Amino acid sequence: MHIVVCIKQVPDSAQIRVHPVTNTIMRQGVPTIINPYDLFALEEAMRLRDKVGGEVTVLTMGPPSAEDSLRKALTFGADRAVLLTDRFFAGADTLATSYALAAAVRKISNTYAPVDVVFTGKQTIDGDTAQVGPGVCKRLNFLQLTYVSKIVSIDLEGRTIEVERRSEGGVQVLRSALPCLITMLEGTNEVRRGSMQNALNAARATVVKWSAQDAGVEDITKCGLRGSPTVVKRVFAPTPRAEKAALVDPAGRPPADALIEEIFKLRPKLEADMFELARGY
Amino acid sequence: MIEERFDAIVVGAGMSGNAAALTLAKRGLKVLQIERGEYAGSKNVQGAILYADMLEKLVPNFREDAPLERHLVEQRFWIMDNKSHTGLHYRSEDFNEERPNRYTIIRSQFDRWFSSKVREAGAIVLCETTVTELVKDAYGKVIGVITDRQDGEVHADVVVLAEGVNGLLGTRADLRERPKPDNVALAVKEMHFLPRETIEARFNIKGDEGVVIEAAGTISAGMTGMGFVYANKESVSLGIGCLVSDFQKTGETPYDLLERFKNHPSVAPLLEGSEVKEYAAHLIPEGGYNAIPNLYGDGWVVVGDAAQLNNAMHREGSNLAMTSGRLAAEAIFQVKSRRDPMTKENLELYKKMLDDSFVIKDLKKYKDMPALLHTQSQNFFLTYPQLVSKALQNFVRVDGTPKKEKEKTTLKQWVAARSWTGLFGDAFRFARAWR
Amino acid sequence: MAEPTKTPTPAPASRAAAKKELPEHFKAYKHVWVFIEMERGHVHPVSWELMGSGRKLADKLGVDLAAVLIGGPGEALNAAVAESFCYGADLAYVCADPVLTDYRNEPYSRALTDMVNTYKPEILLLGASTLGRDLAGAVATTLLTGLTADCTELEVDSDGSLAATRPTFGGSLLCTIYTLNFRPQMATVRPRVMPMPERVEKPIARVIEHKLDMTESDIITKILAFVPDRDKATSNLAFADVVVAGGLGLGSLENYQLVKHLASVLGAEYGCSRPLVQKGWVSADRQIGQTGKTIRPKLYIAAGISGAIQHRVGVDGSDLIVAINTDKNAPIFDFAHLAIVTDAIRLLPALTEAFRKRLSAHTRDRIAS
Ligand SMILES: Cc1cc2nc3c(=O)[nH]c(=O)nc-3n(C[C@H](O)[C@H](O)[C@H](O)COP(=O)(O)OP(=O)(O)OC[C@H]3O[C@@H](n4cnc5c(N)ncnc54)[C@H](O)[C@@H]3O)c2cc1C
Ligand SMILES: Cc1cc2nc3c(=O)[nH]c(=O)nc-3n(C[C@H](O)[C@H](O)[C@H](O)COP(=O)(O)OP(=O)(O)OC[C@H]3O[C@@H](n4cnc5c(N)ncnc54)[C@H](O)[C@@H]3O)c2cc1C
Ligand SMILES: Nc1ncnc2c1ncn2[C@@H]1O[C@H](COP(=O)(O)O)[C@@H](O)[C@H]1O
Repeated sequence: MHIVVCIKQVPDSAQIRVHPVTNTIMRQGVPTIINPYDLFALEEAMRLRDKVGGEVTVLTMGPPSAEDSLRKALTFGADRAVLLTDRFFAGADTLATSYALAAAVRKISNTYAPVDVVFTGKQTIDGDTAQVGPGVCKRLNFLQLTYVSKIVSIDLEGRTIEVERRSEGGVQVLRSALPCLITMLEGTNEVRRGSMQNALNAARATVVKWSAQDAGVEDITKCGLRGSPTVVKRVFAPTPRAEKAALVDPAGRPPADALIEEIFKLRPKLEADMFELARGY
Repeated sequence: MIEERFDAIVVGAGMSGNAAALTLAKRGLKVLQIERGEYAGSKNVQGAILYADMLEKLVPNFREDAPLERHLVEQRFWIMDNKSHTGLHYRSEDFNEERPNRYTIIRSQFDRWFSSKVREAGAIVLCETTVTELVKDAYGKVIGVITDRQDGEVHADVVVLAEGVNGLLGTRADLRERPKPDNVALAVKEMHFLPRETIEARFNIKGDEGVVIEAAGTISAGMTGMGFVYANKESVSLGIGCLVSDFQKTGETPYDLLERFKNHPSVAPLLEGSEVKEYAAHLIPEGGYNAIPNLYGDGWVVVGDAAQLNNAMHREGSNLAMTSGRLAAEAIFQVKSRRDPMTKENLELYKKMLDDSFVIKDLKKYKDMPALLHTQSQNFFLTYPQLVSKALQNFVRVDGTPKKEKEKTTLKQWVAARSWTGLFGDAFRFARAWR
Repeated sequence: MAEPTKTPTPAPASRAAAKKELPEHFKAYKHVWVFIEMERGHVHPVSWELMGSGRKLADKLGVDLAAVLIGGPGEALNAAVAESFCYGADLAYVCADPVLTDYRNEPYSRALTDMVNTYKPEILLLGASTLGRDLAGAVATTLLTGLTADCTELEVDSDGSLAATRPTFGGSLLCTIYTLNFRPQMATVRPRVMPMPERVEKPIARVIEHKLDMTESDIITKILAFVPDRDKATSNLAFADVVVAGGLGLGSLENYQLVKHLASVLGAEYGCSRPLVQKGWVSADRQIGQTGKTIRPKLYIAAGISGAIQHRVGVDGSDLIVAINTDKNAPIFDFAHLAIVTDAIRLLPALTEAFRKRLSAHTRDRIAS
């Protein structure tokens, strides 16, 4: 079985700073990481491969430096890595991204082996839209299984798959068919470290690099900025709240009592509400 | 265990490890470099000043693509008391040369670049992998390493220990002792981000020009130590370090020292309005020549900070690291080309090459300095800075006191503080240690 | 959406400025739609929140606000249709069919895509819930239109375009995004970000029924079972009136119990910062922040939480934020309303006791009066 996992290299958002004066992003030295959500997808894909056999191809669209992330995925134990990189892809929104990724999945299917399942993360930590997965899926005309928490079984002969999918109020158990696209829920597994041999292989592997043309993208105007119906008009920093928190000064009272008094002084109506709440338990 | 054998395994991808791996790979050896950090440089802390000469020997055209911050045109030495600094500043247009001699760098970026050169040269670089143990054969010869990965044992003809100051592996394998508290300094460092224009205005520089401030005095609270301020493109690196044994003795915390240094009236205006990004602590080997451990043995050599090769007086470390790494690699290559085994006798070549280089010569020159500064730290880092400051203030303040009287007062202060014998003794001891 | 790669580049601004005339075939697209999300008979509150925002947009544009309902025929659907008018709908589009009883992507995206193509709305809003995101991505791609996900603010600008503002770079920045030259302009909005509008009793007005052109045999994915969440409280964090949360400052799982105790005395929900989830001390559905839940309680008590931006974006909508932290320079003091600089491990038990007394004293007072 052939599985493609879409991963994205993202800036470690914990380390991004906004310039205090100019309100622009200070990118100097901000490290990049594999989008943490994609690791759950990658691990689930490798577990599936280990169970039923086959191979895992990792795919990313990004700048040449995104090769680092792919290599890391190989270290974890993926079998092949494809980097989709081309200046035509720059500035893509979800629609344009899914167009390019779908083209690449088709090309991967034709070049190596027919793709049975595409995995993506639930969402990215920079784009944060959770839309690229469904987008890629629609373009490939695969069956869409989002927020999957567990792969119950897969039947390669019968071309069916059974999964558990998180929905707002519970878990749906679904039976669907291959080929499908799965967006994997976070916290479902922990990505493996990869053995010494995996690491050595990864260090030596060549990452396949495709331009738009290589990937068989038919219509370049559907890629990148040009292919993106959405446009970022303005980027700005949130207005900081003017006043800092008021510090509670116990002034001789026990600190807990002082805090409670200040709370109810600021929000007099709260006490009645809290009484109701507290009584409920 | 991995079947495949390597000619050499380099532990660590810092300055010394990269220099060694690069040289070995360029010479056509089959090299495996292992780094525990997420990427080369991810765990490394340094001021940092890069000395171009030693890098040029490894990557001649590094200026084309290395991530360099600023080239230095000005050096300031400051002797500080709590309210003042006495400075010696040297600035020269000569430093605006085509191939500048010193640069500020940010280690995490620089090491990553350096590591890419190692990869390009053909070495296999494995990150996020920690070497946990050296493998020895029945005769005690080092034949490989064990890592924290599954099936993680790998063998090679020789292991280059470039693991940095802690040198746990070497210690664990009984190749050397643990560094002693009075041989290592603990340095803490912060990066302060400021707009480029602000930095240039505050340090009186333009373009890619840079400034270094090295500071000593009461900022180290009587302990043997130094502070530094380096101007990068959009940030200022600043830090302070003191001997670990002094911290133990005084109960001072590095963080408090750094806070005081930052708030010193001579330093604070340079940082005003900055955003602090990064706080890091790291050890620096400062034992000097007398603390250098065994540098080689059967199947192994040790380079860089792990070998205590650090010139604390001149705040040079990375250049000694690069040079020792390169020389170790050259020695290994020579042994290898003669098809000789990597025995202790054959690897002695490395020691010889190092002895002939500036590395050992410089360290030898200052061999008594660590002991002197350590035993006399109260005088050198508290008493004298205060005396200097008082003397200069007395000298420049115009208040109607006759000059003769001023000079007398100053002299009295010095003698009262240290006595005549003390003064002469200190001067003599310092001069001798410097020689 | 906004691919972050593109946010910092100055180029898009110029492209936005060069806004072209809307293609002719899109000019017929009118009115604001809100997708009313139903799962197992319940309307997700985010849908009513969106009706509030949708109403404002529609009024500004001078167009209708329509509720769009998709589901299995029956009481629950009818009730939701009626309810949508109470939350401000001018009309409702309803697609009812037994195959739509439980949410599945195939029939739902078909239904919504067909409705859009038939009735042509200019703006389509959905909740950024699991259902809404599953549906929105599929629909936007099929329609080949733009989609701005996870918005925190929706506006209509002077020429009638939807200006959707959303956090980017982990909440350190906001960006405003337009969908130029394509219709409908789609956006999803996270639950609890928009205020809940007031419900006003209103009769059912115009209802337009749409027929699904799909039968069960056309649908490949089958639902084998549905396991509702047993621990109802887990999903309640986002809607709780009082939330107590703990962070790394508590130091241990044991100390985290102090947060739970306080919460139980208050009848509150408990939550945490991300590291506690990563340490495995607390389950993931209790995480508050960018990658966790957004909360809007009347009172939020944060103990031993530094207030990183990713945490902050999840709690900014709280009415009163109280921070307990030993570090007077902790970033949380920049956005908390009330703060006490002290050891939470010592304060929490005292606070629990004091609240217990206070809230029962309150009982006494009430009985007395
Ligand atoms: C605050 C500070 C300021 C300094 N300023 C300067 C300066 O301005 N100029 C200058 O020249 N020098 C300076 N130095 C000294 C300089 O940083 C060091 O001398 C130099 O980095 C030494 O290089 P190295 O390769 O020996 O060790 P390191 O750079 O420390 O590299 C060791 C590497 O080995 C890795 N490692 C360790 N153990 C293992 C293991 N078991 N398995 C795998 N990998 C392992 C580490 O992760 C690390 O990457 C400064 C030092 C400090 C702390
Ligand atoms: C992509 C991404 C997404 C993220 N999403 C989220 C998210 O959704 N939610 C989230 O919370 N975080 C998130 N984070 C993590 C976030 O950046 C912070 O790391 C995290 O919020 C810090 O948690 P903390 O405040 O508990 O810990 P710390 O930052 O370690 O703070 C602990 C605090 O406790 C204080 N303290 C210590 N001891 C005591 C004591 N005895 N009494 C009182 N106070 C004490 C300290 O002064 C300190 O302020 C995300 C990060 C990334 C990169
Ligand atoms: N540039 C990209 N390259 C590869 N995969 C991507 C890319 N962008 C998004 N994805 C995948 O789509 C998922 C959802 O992304 P997003 O819609 O940005 O939240 C991610 O978790 C990735 O698996």
